[in-house]
Amino acid sequence: MKIQIRRTSLAMLMGLLLTAAAAQVAMAQAPSAAAAPAAYAIKGAKVYTIAGAPIENGIVVIRDGKIAAVGANVAIPSDATVIDATGMELYPGLFDPITQIGLNEINQVGATVDTPELGDYNPELVAATAVNPASAHIAVTRANGITHVIAAPGTAGFDAQPGGLISGQASAFNLAGWTMKEMQINPSVAMVITWPSIQSRTFDFTTFSFKEKPYEDAKKEYDKQVNELGDWLDRARHYAQAKEKGNAALYERDIKLEALVPVVQGKTPVLIIADQQRDIKNAVEFCTKQNLKMILGSGAEAWRVKDLLKEKKIPVVLGPTERLPEQEDTPYDKPMTQPSELFAAGIPIAFSSFGTSFSRRLPDYAGTAVAYGLPHDEALKAVTINAAKMFGIDDQVGTIETGKLANLIVTNGDPFEVQTQVKYLFIKGQLTSLNNRHLDLYEQYRKRPKVGN
Amino acid sequence: MKRAAIVVAAVAALVIPSCVLAQSPKVIFIKNATVLTVTHGNIEHGSILIREGKIVDVGANLTAPSDATVIDATGQYVMPGIVDCHSHIAVDGSVNEGGMAVSSIANIKDVLNPEDPDIYRDLAGGVTAANILHGSANPIGGQTVVIKLRWGKPASDLPFEGAVPGIKFALGENPKESSFQPPPGIPQRYPATRLGVEEVIRQAFIEAREYKKSWDVYNTRTAAGEANLIPPRKNDRLEPLVEVMEGKRYVHAHCYRADEILMLIRVANEFGFKVRTFQHVLEGYKIADEIAVSGAGGSTFSDWWAYKVEAYDAIPYNATLMAERGVVVSINSDDAQEARQLNIEAAKAMKYGGMSANDALKLITLNPAIQLGIDSRVGSIDVGKDADLVIYNHDPLSVYAVAQKTLIDGHVYFDRQKDIDGRAALAKEKQDLLDKEKKAAEEKKPDDASGGDAAKKKPDAKKKSAKPTAEGISVGGAL
Repeated sequence: MKIQIRRTSLAMLMGLLLTAAAAQVAMAQAPSAAAAPAAYAIKGAKVYTIAGAPIENGIVVIRDGKIAAVGANVAIPSDATVIDATGMELYPGLFDPITQIGLNEINQVGATVDTPELGDYNPELVAATAVNPASAHIAVTRANGITHVIAAPGTAGFDAQPGGLISGQASAFNLAGWTMKEMQINPSVAMVITWPSIQSRTFDFTTFSFKEKPYEDAKKEYDKQVNELGDWLDRARHYAQAKEKGNAALYERDIKLEALVPVVQGKTPVLIIADQQRDIKNAVEFCTKQNLKMILGSGAEAWRVKDLLKEKKIPVVLGPTERLPEQEDTPYDKPMTQPSELFAAGIPIAFSSFGTSFSRRLPDYAGTAVAYGLPHDEALKAVTINAAKMFGIDDQVGTIETGKLANLIVTNGDPFEVQTQVKYLFIKGQLTSLNNRHLDLYEQYRKRPKVGN
Repeated sequence: MKRAAIVVAAVAALVIPSCVLAQSPKVIFIKNATVLTVTHGNIEHGSILIREGKIVDVGANLTAPSDATVIDATGQYVMPGIVDCHSHIAVDGSVNEGGMAVSSIANIKDVLNPEDPDIYRDLAGGVTAANILHGSANPIGGQTVVIKLRWGKPASDLPFEGAVPGIKFALGENPKESSFQPPPGIPQRYPATRLGVEEVIRQAFIEAREYKKSWDVYNTRTAAGEANLIPPRKNDRLEPLVEVMEGKRYVHAHCYRADEILMLIRVANEFGFKVRTFQHVLEGYKIADEIAVSGAGGSTFSDWWAYKVEAYDAIPYNATLMAERGVVVSINSDDAQEARQLNIEAAKAMKYGGMSANDALKLITLNPAIQLGIDSRVGSIDVGKDADLVIYNHDPLSVYAVAQKTLIDGHVYFDRQKDIDGRAALAKEKQDLLDKEKKAAEEKKPDDASGGDAAKKKPDAKKKSAKPTAEGISVGGAL
């Protein structure tokens, strides 16, 4: 393997010899299309297109940021920079569909955090507005093969707190670029809704007993929130009608309702974050009634409502498989076996970190699900094409097919296996640096001269 | 997670399938496995003979004694039970006595909860021993205890016999409370800077040294025959610190930044003790030589970073870099979930910095055992050591490895197949209990309505009598 890599590097060097300066730019933190080669050909790898069977010794041609050709017998254009990936594996770049990347640098420092916003109803907020292209998380995450993500305002994870009921529009973007405009795939792929929960019982440790908030009170509070959600959607419908049929000049612009129009029209899906069985059921019922396109996010107890999710064709973006069971008597391995259970039930699933600093653990989450029964090829789909379909960007990413963005990774093995290294990474057809803050610090401090006694 | 009804909590603690046998076989023979000894290589088609809870033989050409219970591990891997050097499982309630900056009087051993289901869950992830630490609220925190994950046994059976007790220290953002607002009515307490943290620790040891001196004088004079001396007043806050100076208690110091680590090494030198482990130690790679010279171990995370400012320079190469400079390094969990995947976390040291497979295994076995002073008992598969073992279906350094059985003292405390087989019965038992409670609640209702607060709510309860009954026994997701 070592020899092959060296050979590959040499081949690359030769290919780039005439454009050495350009190559420098091409491998820089954020590639510039103007200065980088327009065409690449990756040859020799086993190509997992995800659109069909893997191609042994395949060739992928990239031109102007897109996949121009893929197959076993594809001609390599004379102007292409050739990368010899013999013995390696080629996959679509991995996709982490629920993160706070770019919105959250260091969670404990409010100044570096731009999610969640105050207030319960903020449909007009767009994550892309504040995604910081210079965030250190971007390069760290992409070094593990993740080429594009969604930043979802109001979602919670290892290093983020939830907030709001309608917390804003989730934005899909590539993990490389000078500005968000260059990076973005679609600034509004979903409306994030954190489903309210009925909290009727809480455990009081001073008396070691349950404090019962009357169910009616908890339910009343819950109903109020759900009614409000419904009201917002109704008003958005009226607003859309007014704009369409009435005299636009007579209506004041309402940016909150305006943002909800594509939601009520079924153009933009709602990403509903819910874990408990009852909450999931209620959310599904609500979305069915409201005729919304629903994606379930997190879904710790989705396995308890498999039939309903299947019947209503609701896909699930699963929270990390590396988490504890919801209930004390839930089987200890439920978070790990749930993906295979949902897959077997015919429910589309995707894996996600729901975080920032743990986005690079995405392969671990998928691998763990495979260890507990999910077929490997399905797990691959669950980190590439499945979420792309859910969020309506499968025409651009998710498989290695002609015409799609050339977001690709070349690895020295199974991308889920812990020790596997990403050797080359392409984002929008540009060979993108795997360098990052962690590698920099490693290189810096490993060179520290030895300190004696 | 705490939403489960108490009945379920109580039941779960009793009936989560446990393989604790009243009488465990005295002789166990694990055969035909890939044995990862950690100390003397891997043995293909190897066997392990266990007698009275101890490993009595390991090798490729063993035969099972006629009285042995045989575990056929064909195609599987056996490694030493995982030792988690930083855990907060099995603790009843809060892990922090945050009211004072020096809380050495508090002892985690006093609040061990043997019914915490996380014990079982971590056991199912291959963990057999864990260092149960006080929280990191204070420069000098509470006393700590090493346990074995003997699920089903009472609290008194959890502590690892003979393990050196510890005490938690904490440096940086947590003890200076920089990202913590005290609740209304609670004043912010000193220290609020890293400078103050040093001062609090030094001051406490100055007091402890004086205290020790007064006892030394007393003991010397009593030994010399002087009678009727009044002994110094006993001080439970300082006693543990005296033990630290005498090498009888290990310091496990929560830390992040290089400067604060160097600070504690200086203070420890000043008072003649050694820090046993630096915990988290995410900037340890910057001063690995100094840590190695101090003799302290480093117990770190695999790839956590950026969740706070002092974790912004954390790198996943930390374990490898510290190990390369001679520090004894372990990977810990600090989290009941992370503990279930420590084998995967250890493997990350191979990815980041190119650690060998055997050294990666040491990060979660022999090295934490050394750090906790229990390496003569556990941490490798060697004759004479405790039969604390975990059997995986794949190489444990692979993401595809699933623990099949976990043994402690030669008892099978976790058996995946038995767990799976027992689930239907468990679900039925739960349903029966719920039905029983539901029935009891319905029968009890008329009495409740007759007095106290319940009387005021009577109209409501009556109006929706059918519904509250169904929801009233809500057990989280059970409905």
